[in-house]
Amino acid sequence: MNTRYETVIGLEVHVQLTTATKIFCGCSTAFGQAPNSQTCPVCLGLPGALPVLNREVVNAAIKAGLATNCRIAPYSIFARKNYFYPDLPKGYQISQFELPICEHGWLDIGGEEFAAKRVGITRIHMEEDAGKLLHGSSAGSLVDLNRACTPLLEVVSEPDMRSAAEAIAYLKQLHQIVVYLGVCDGNMEEGSFRCDANVSVRPVGQVELGTRAELKNLNSFRFIKQAIDFEVERQIELIEDGGKVIQETRLFDPDAGVTRSMRGKEQAHDYRYFPDPDLLPLEVSDVWIDEVRAALPELPGQKRQRYEEALGLPAYDAAVLAAERPVAEYFDALVVLHKNPKLCSNWVMGEVLGAVKENDVAIVDCPVTPTLLAGILKRIEDNTISGKMAKTVFTTIWQSGKSADEVIAEKGLKQVSDSGALDAIIDEVIAANPTEVAEYQGGKDKLMGFFVGQVMKASKGKANPGLVNQLLKERLSA
Amino acid sequence: MSESQFTISSLGKELQAQRTTAVAATRQCVERINNTDNQLNAFITRCDDSAFQDATAADARLSAGSAATLTGIPLGLKDIFSTKGVRTTCGSKILDNYVPVYDATVVERLRAQGAVIVGKLNMDEFAMGSSNETSAAGVCRNPWDKNHVPGGSSGGSAVAVAAGQVVAALGTDTGGSIRQPAAHCGVVGLKPTYGRVSRYGVIAFASSLDQVGPITRTVDDCALLLEAIAGYDPRDSTSVDCPVPDYQAHLRDGVTGKKIGLPREYFIEGLDPEVKRAVDDAIEVYRRLGAELVPVSLPHTDYSVACYYLIATAEASSNLARYDGVRFGVRHSSGGGLIDMYQQTRSAGFGAEVKRRIMLGTYALSSGYYDAYYLKAQKVRTLIRQDFHNVFEQVDLLLTPVAPTAAFKIGEKTDDPLQMYLSDIFTIPANLAGTCAMSLPCGFDAAGMPIGLQLIGKPFGEGEMLQTAWAFEQATDWHTRQPVL
Repeated sequence: MNTRYETVIGLEVHVQLTTATKIFCGCSTAFGQAPNSQTCPVCLGLPGALPVLNREVVNAAIKAGLATNCRIAPYSIFARKNYFYPDLPKGYQISQFELPICEHGWLDIGGEEFAAKRVGITRIHMEEDAGKLLHGSSAGSLVDLNRACTPLLEVVSEPDMRSAAEAIAYLKQLHQIVVYLGVCDGNMEEGSFRCDANVSVRPVGQVELGTRAELKNLNSFRFIKQAIDFEVERQIELIEDGGKVIQETRLFDPDAGVTRSMRGKEQAHDYRYFPDPDLLPLEVSDVWIDEVRAALPELPGQKRQRYEEALGLPAYDAAVLAAERPVAEYFDALVVLHKNPKLCSNWVMGEVLGAVKENDVAIVDCPVTPTLLAGILKRIEDNTISGKMAKTVFTTIWQSGKSADEVIAEKGLKQVSDSGALDAIIDEVIAANPTEVAEYQGGKDKLMGFFVGQVMKASKGKANPGLVNQLLKERLSA
Repeated sequence: MSESQFTISSLGKELQAQRTTAVAATRQCVERINNTDNQLNAFITRCDDSAFQDATAADARLSAGSAATLTGIPLGLKDIFSTKGVRTTCGSKILDNYVPVYDATVVERLRAQGAVIVGKLNMDEFAMGSSNETSAAGVCRNPWDKNHVPGGSSGGSAVAVAAGQVVAALGTDTGGSIRQPAAHCGVVGLKPTYGRVSRYGVIAFASSLDQVGPITRTVDDCALLLEAIAGYDPRDSTSVDCPVPDYQAHLRDGVTGKKIGLPREYFIEGLDPEVKRAVDDAIEVYRRLGAELVPVSLPHTDYSVACYYLIATAEASSNLARYDGVRFGVRHSSGGGLIDMYQQTRSAGFGAEVKRRIMLGTYALSSGYYDAYYLKAQKVRTLIRQDFHNVFEQVDLLLTPVAPTAAFKIGEKTDDPLQMYLSDIFTIPANLAGTCAMSLPCGFDAAGMPIGLQLIGKPFGEGEMLQTAWAFEQATDWHTRQPVL
């Protein structure tokens, strides 16, 4: 990468909301239904039909705004964005233009590849989605308006990011937040979380921004990185060769890994925005905002901080546990029942996540509930079972749903911690291995592991390994 | 008196007393339409079959003793109201084949009362016009003189009521489209306060100005029909959740001591002397009835027409974008792709006046012109609204002419859109201010054409306005005159 240039990136993210019904009518938002089966006069744009704002969409917007440190506007306005396209039934999209619901927010991002920084969020506004065109039918192009009028939030960042890595870090954090809030399912392939990137370059030290290109069709984090990296190289090469970057929309081609010009500024639409006279200005009271704030879940950043500071977990554990809300909630439920955070963390990150992944179940459906797992952890800590035994117990509980104590009792897995019983086994092992005893006593300390192994084997795994270690040391050093 | 001259209240009494039937009343209307509409052209779509079904159902309800005010009353609807299963053209070629899948809220309310829907009435295309001459269904003629326009845009509604084809009708009023044709046809027309009546299912011209209202033969009927359609509708965000009063309760209370303002900006040069004389006579009537007439001023009146033609056209340019040939209506395409389909559909589907207004509105909203036109017009609108607010601190309501002249001749103003626009000069301000206003008959000119008196009430002051109108109607007999057909 050419170090004489600085990359400048601003992102526009469309977050499809998970409300049960559309933003301006009562139709369902469910995905994958028969074409045009989820429509009514309002979302079909039939003559005379009028929009009525879905209050849940406003709740989602306030949630997203509060979670990204925005100011929530007490008064905001819906506007019409006018353009013709067959997937846009009314010939205009209802959006917000001047006076959006959220402004002046920020997210802090940090990563291994760059220093921690704050990315500004210019605005978040509510709008309706368009329908979908289906090309290639024998009847010509067809229109499916099931998606028309489904609610979106558009989150617009400041041009504060300086590399693809920063852009990805910002996007991942935003993605995590909206999924955490439960306002978006986060599915990028289905288009529930879509990103356009405004990319420009400028010589290092220059204050004015370079001319930007708007990149579209970026439907995975990997494509976003590829597209930005390609575009930065393209613009630098163009400038180095004496050319000029033109302001245009460019489409990313994931097969070729390149961006291609879609339309230039001269073909840009004049959207003729004006306040939608069918909708009243939206007034959001402090009481409403406070209600939403009070119901906000603990956010991933707050969770990470609590895990590290209050629970003393390593940063890595905190990040893994906080990454997804259901995992964090599983962990939170567990750590209340069993107050050894590191042991809990090890088990959630290890056995629990491993098992749910292997069995392809959601963690909320994990048969070993936090209560059942806490039962296992309790028996590890009081030395009833060894850590290794505990894994067997975990697997048995997964299949049977029984408690740890039931499984331990039924299978006779109770650890032998009675030194009398262990002495007898140790006697046998020492008697059976005179050569190793001599070698150990001659200074070959590594053989301790061998003796422990032999005792464990003779006890069928039930011996308390800590106690075995201690007893062996006493006996062999005698 | 023939049955065609029934009013809602008189026919209602006959029906309740079972001295006549809804089927008989409907037959009377259908025969009247058969005999007169080839001359008048008030109907775009007739609903004879379903009207008789409505009437039969109404008679059953009347026999069962569960009738409402409008049960069995034959009514007409401007062709701007979405009617389930009944073609709704809005006076445009582009909707020539459009059959809605749903009823407008006001239509639902009429049906719930058991009204008989006789048909869909002629109008200027997309309600854009003051003479009914822009209708794709052809001009509708004034029953008082068939060489004259009926006014517009709700021309067919006013004609059908004046000619006895229906007992009453619904129209819409964006800049005078109920009041001006009511005045030109010698009937009563009321534009309610913005938000008083639901706009759901009313094909939009200019959303911030459009309002649904009754056109009737009497003030009494106007009160009855308004009460039936008014009220909050959760499907229209701009409808207001404010209880609907019993308009009958104070209708007969008189006007003694009422302060009626006479805004000097409405009595100007260019006001036809015969119209002025009729309105002056009406002022005298009110004086005699004990009202106090007070000169007042609405200083920003001069800017109303310019302000209106920026806001209304801007909203219309967006509202009419949905007529693209994709989902409904008439599509024209020679297979040249999407843009070709849009261009051909809209070129062939819209008439000249609609195209003119779409272009004006598109221009007013365009980048670089928005501030100078649309935004400026909104600021002027605020000043006009404040004028009304201020004047209503001094008086209870206002009295003005409805239009500068009586109905003009067909073709007289079609080549001069500006002259046509000025015929709405006295009606536009009430739409910009969002307040209620009505027209009632107050005389005739020398040629025998009716003249209308306008009352402008306070926001949600329909009750007081109707009461004031009723007193005038009782003191005069203009409303009893019928055109000879």
